[in-house]
Amino acid sequence: MSISEFLDMGGYAFYVWTSYGITLVILVANVIGPLRLRRKLLADITRTARRARKNT
Amino acid sequence: MFNNFFHKLASPVHFYRISGRLIPWLGAGFVLLTMAGLYYGLVKAPPDYQQGDSYRIMFVHVPAAWMSLFIYIVMAGAGAIGLVWHIKLAEVISISSATVGAAFTFLALVTGSIWGKPMWGTWWVWDARLTSELILLFLYLGVIALHNAIDDKRTAARATAILAIVGVVNIPIIHYSVEWWNTLHQGPTVTKFDAPSIHVSMLIPLLLMAVAFKVYYAMVVLMRARCEVLERERHTSWVKQLAEPQ
Repeated sequence: MSISEFLDMGGYAFYVWTSYGITLVILVANVIGPLRLRRKLLADITRTARRARKNT
Repeated sequence: MFNNFFHKLASPVHFYRISGRLIPWLGAGFVLLTMAGLYYGLVKAPPDYQQGDSYRIMFVHVPAAWMSLFIYIVMAGAGAIGLVWHIKLAEVISISSATVGAAFTFLALVTGSIWGKPMWGTWWVWDARLTSELILLFLYLGVIALHNAIDDKRTAARATAILAIVGVVNIPIIHYSVEWWNTLHQGPTVTKFDAPSIHVSMLIPLLLMAVAFKVYYAMVVLMRARCEVLERERHTSWVKQLAEPQ
């Protein structure tokens, strides 16, 4: 089987690769989401702690 | 010893540490399983005698659909445990499952739609399987919206748990919809009582992808749960120490 044959997916290339593409995007997004949330939370907690110390 | 282990695990500090160590391993396991699954599914498995190569959408569609049901049961089950025994970690796992569960439900619907177009000639039909799966997506979104609408974390956990438990009624409807109603969606081929009517060359990648998605869910739910724990415990000394190591 050649590479172009593989990519063609028996004429269903659009349907097959769109499905796998969307799957990849959604799976990656669901990992990036909590990674960014955690960084944001830690920064937020640090900021609140600094402000509290300044006020006392 | 076991009791001690679970007691430690349920404490937020230990949960945060242990899950932090577990996540990279789950990530590596997911990548390896997916690579194996994609190799057997896209390269090794032969084309279907009726559907040609379009059936290869199955290797993401079916595991995603299984995950949409599995995660819902975990979400409702953990919610019930939190409701009855007031275990905070169960509440955390329950709400942390909602987003990733909604993602898999959306994925099952979209890949199914993309598969339906060349095979059924339409992107969408209002048949029992598709409609009940769409209702599942709305249930997930309802849980997320309800949780975001209530500021107090414990109250939010209780409210979402009740909504999730009520929605469990939809799970058997989705599962048996292809048997109870005359649907366009095909019946089960893997979980039939006699031998599964799927060839082993297609069953192997399907099961590999199913396990890969389970591992992925375990990873993402732990990542989300850690954020939820941080937020709930933000006024404790261990979280402050973590944010600003002296």
